[in-house]
Parts: sequence; structure tokens; C-alpha cells
Amino acid sequence: METGIRTKKKYPYLLIAPALIIIIFIVFVPLVNALIMSFKFYDLRYPKKEAFIGLKNYIDLFTKDSEFWPSLGRTAIWVIFGVTFQFLGGFALALLLNRNFKGKGIARSLSMIPWVVSGVLIGLIWRWLYDGNYGVVNDLLMRLGIIDKAIPFLSQKKWAFPAVIVSVVWQGIPFFCLMLLAAMQGVSSDMYEAADIDGANAWQKLFRITIPSIKNTIYVTLLLRIIWVANSVDIIQNMTAGGPAYATQTIAVYTYQKTQVLNLGYASAIAFVMMAIMLIAAVPYLKSTFKND
Amino acid sequence: MDNIQRLRRRRAKKVLLTFLTLVLPLCLFLLFLLFPFYWMLVTSIKTNAEIYSVPLIYWPKELTWATYVNLFGYFNFLKYMKNSLIVALGTTVLSLVVSTLAAYSFARFSFKGRKALMAMFLTNNMFPTVLLMIPLYSIMRKLHLLYTPYGLILAYTTFTIPFSVWLIQGFIRDMPFSLEEAALIDGCNRAGAFIRIFIPVLTPALLSAGVYMFMQAWNEYTMASLFTNPGSRTIPVALSSLIGQLGVQWDMLCAGGTIAVLPVCIMFFFAQKHLVAGLTAGAVKG
Repeated sequence: METGIRTKKKYPYLLIAPALIIIIFIVFVPLVNALIMSFKFYDLRYPKKEAFIGLKNYIDLFTKDSEFWPSLGRTAIWVIFGVTFQFLGGFALALLLNRNFKGKGIARSLSMIPWVVSGVLIGLIWRWLYDGNYGVVNDLLMRLGIIDKAIPFLSQKKWAFPAVIVSVVWQGIPFFCLMLLAAMQGVSSDMYEAADIDGANAWQKLFRITIPSIKNTIYVTLLLRIIWVANSVDIIQNMTAGGPAYATQTIAVYTYQKTQVLNLGYASAIAFVMMAIMLIAAVPYLKSTFKND
Repeated sequence: MDNIQRLRRRRAKKVLLTFLTLVLPLCLFLLFLLFPFYWMLVTSIKTNAEIYSVPLIYWPKELTWATYVNLFGYFNFLKYMKNSLIVALGTTVLSLVVSTLAAYSFARFSFKGRKALMAMFLTNNMFPTVLLMIPLYSIMRKLHLLYTPYGLILAYTTFTIPFSVWLIQGFIRDMPFSLEEAALIDGCNRAGAFIRIFIPVLTPALLSAGVYMFMQAWNEYTMASLFTNPGSRTIPVALSSLIGQLGVQWDMLCAGGTIAVLPVCIMFFFAQKHLVAGLTAGAVKG
């Protein structure tokens, strides 16, 4: 490894110490706490009943909880559709912004704005756009003649989930675009010139040069996004709070709501199961990060 | 004659092609991404009669500042802005200082346990917020940090420190070794070299990392909703509180949203160049 100026041995550790102490105190200690809590009956509404109950929380979760499995299934749909469309949208936008035209700097900056906005605001703005009485989405669809009566999107079981997914797609397009565009700009123009000489068309250049060259970025960005989207609470919580009739309740939202009612032992158990599943996505990410270290 | 006409036709075809493959799709994209902001802004300056009129009014005929007056008067939005500012600044400063030190160590030294320690920082990003939130809540309750800005700042460093260590060590790796060597030869000790030579060169990159952390702290909702009370509420929680039993106060929400978005937007535009370079460096090099 080329890193490393030789020096007194304690220096590197001293420099890491402050960050490490904070992280141990606010991440690893709480994590152990949460693990212990998940084996307990621990509900702040009934402080006197606090007791170890072994695996009961986990067993209840898998066998008795009628909301757990459906929430898990919804999380899968939320992640698969959400991330896929973010990726496709971000990729298409990056291709457009990678071309040379006047005002591309402005266009790039403007298209990033949804990314700097808080999830709460995104949830609430979209809730307003979807409003059944005064919502723009209904108004536009009616003006275009696609529907003839306003649909209360967020309060109908059939429409609520697709509607919520559209807003997370809207939020995620800029980040994908940002990462992919940077990668595309790193592809050497020689390759495209050579392809031009050989008479390749635009599709061939896209599939034979662009995509293979930025494969790694695509992979890492997808993994990061999967983890973020699976963990996100704020958009759904502020659009539908998991409703109507649980139609939009994902595991993250479910855990969040269990925390709100202060049933912390049970909520910890759900969160650990969620993390175990998330690690499946995280392991390849960590591997790829360390490969190039 | 014929030739000119053919040329003209070819030119027209090219213009049409550019329009169909670039201008039109790009405009549609921007419309999709930006229209919600336009709608938020317009709702915040419309009169109530115009907000709730069918068919909808896309271009307001009458403007009013009444909503903003209400927002800062009756709703006391300035208090929430102040709370958010304290938490966001606190998070940024604390994470910048400790992360820069750690990042310098990771980027410039080879030492025993380096990989394992790096892994510790990186895996942090994987833990679900909801998982950490639960034990943090009970710890903060015991330490009386609940409902104080300190509690929230500490909670936010769970995700800002790991991320900024990763980001800043990327920045440092891009700096030539000769920088420090020159300083060391000139008789600076290592700490002197770090402070006098390194930090000034690194400042633009650090500022953009700081902007990113500020943005995250400014926007965070999930933890803030549990760790604040009506007195210490930050903007996202305050906005969320506008959802009532009978519906949402849309005019206030849109005005508050507009005010909340502005500072982060402006900061982002300034920090954009470095930030994008830093964020993508890790992935692109891979």
C-alpha cells in the first residue's frame, strides 16, 4: 500500500480517537442496548412490567403478528419499483445532460433541487399535489381527458401505494443522475471516436461503451439507494402514515410507529430483523468499497 | 438551387432531431422535477379563495403575503428556524472537526487495524435509523438530553460522521504528498504542517462536506420527531405538525416549505462543484 508516511505509532490512533469515541458511544453502545431490549418486554407505557422474555418478541413477530409479513412484502415492492424507476429516470436524465448544449450548467443545477429537499416536505408537497379536491394531478388528468372524476389517490387502497412510489422516484432521480453523469464524464472520448469511425449507432455506443464503462458506479449507487429507500420513513409517514388500511406500510414505517407508541422492546426486534435483511444488500457494497482500497 | 434546398432540408431535419431527442425530453424532465416547487411557491402567495377554487388557478391573479405574516407571527416559524439552525450548525461543526482528523489518519497513515476501523465507520451507514433511534431515546432520557439540541446533534452524528470520514478521506487522497513533505522539510512538525499547510488547501472541500452535513441535519425528520418537544422542534417536525385532524393547512405548509428550501438550495449551488466531485469519487474510481 502506498499510503503511510512512517511516523510515531500512536499518531494515527490519536487522530481517530475522537470520532471513534463518539461512534462507539452513540452507535455501538445503543446497538447492544437495542439487542438486549429486543429480548425484553419493554414498553414505556407499562414500566413496571419490564422483564426478560427471551425470544418471545421474535417468535411473536414471525408467527402472530398479522402486519409483519405484509409489511415485508410491501417493503420489497417499495424498494424494487422505487429504485428501478429512480435508476431508469436518473440514467435517462444523465444521458441528456451529458450532451453538449447551451445552458447545460443551469439545467444540471436545477435538476438536482429535489435532492436537497427534506423527505417531510416531499411527502407533504406530493400529498397536496394528489389532493382529491384541489390537487393538481387530478386537475391535469381531467383536463387531458384521462379521467372524468377526481380520484382521492392517497385514500384509496388501489392508488395509494403507486402514488407514494411516484414521489420517492421523484426524490431519487437527481441522485442517480448526479452519480451516473459524473461517471459518464469519466469515459474517455477516444472510445466514442473509434466507435464513430467504425460506424456504430447510438444504441451500440450506449450498450457497448457507456454502460460497461460505468458499470461499477451503477452497482454502488444501486446498493446505496436500496439501503436508503428501504430505511426511509419520512415520505410515507407524512403522505399516508402507512394507510389507508396499511396499504402503504413498509417495515421501516411499521417500526417507526411501534416506537411512537413506546413499545420499544418489540420495535427493536422488528428493527433487528430489518437490519439482518439489509445486510444482504450491504455486504456486496462493503466488499466493493474495500476492493479498491 | 436544388443543392441549397437539400441542404436546408437536412438542416431542418437535424434541428427537429435535436428537438425530439434533447430539448423535448429535457424540458419534460425539468417540468416534472420542478413543477412541485412552483406549485408550492404559488400556493404560498395565493389568497385562500384562489387556493381552494375549482377549476384550479395556475397563474394567480391576486398575490398576498398574509400567509407569511401568519407563519412568522401566529405559527412562530422563526423559533423553529432557530432550532434547526442550532442543530444543523452544531452537527456540522462537530462532525467536521472529528471527521477531518480521522479522515487524515485513514488517508495518510498505514497502521494496524486500519481496515477494521474503516469497516466500523462504513457499516454505520447500513444501520436503519429506526433501529438506532430506539436505544438512543432511552439513553438520552437517562442523560436528560432528550428535547435538547445536544441530544439531536449527537443523534445526527450517527450518520454524518461515518459519511464525512469517507468523503473527506477521498479529498485528502487526491492531495499530493509533496504538500506535507515540503512543510516537514521546512521544519514544521506534523501538527503544524497539518494546520498551516493542509487545512487551507482543504478548505473548499471541507466547506462542501460541511454543506452536505448541514443539509442532512436541516432536513432530518425521523429522529427529530422523537427527540424534540414543541419547544425544541426543528423545521421538518414543525411542518409535519401542520397536519391536523381535519386536514392540512396547505397555505402555511407551502410558505414554510418555501422558506425551508431556500437556504439549502443556495448553499447547494455554491458547494455543488466540490460536493459532486467528492460524492462521486469513491464510486467512480471503483
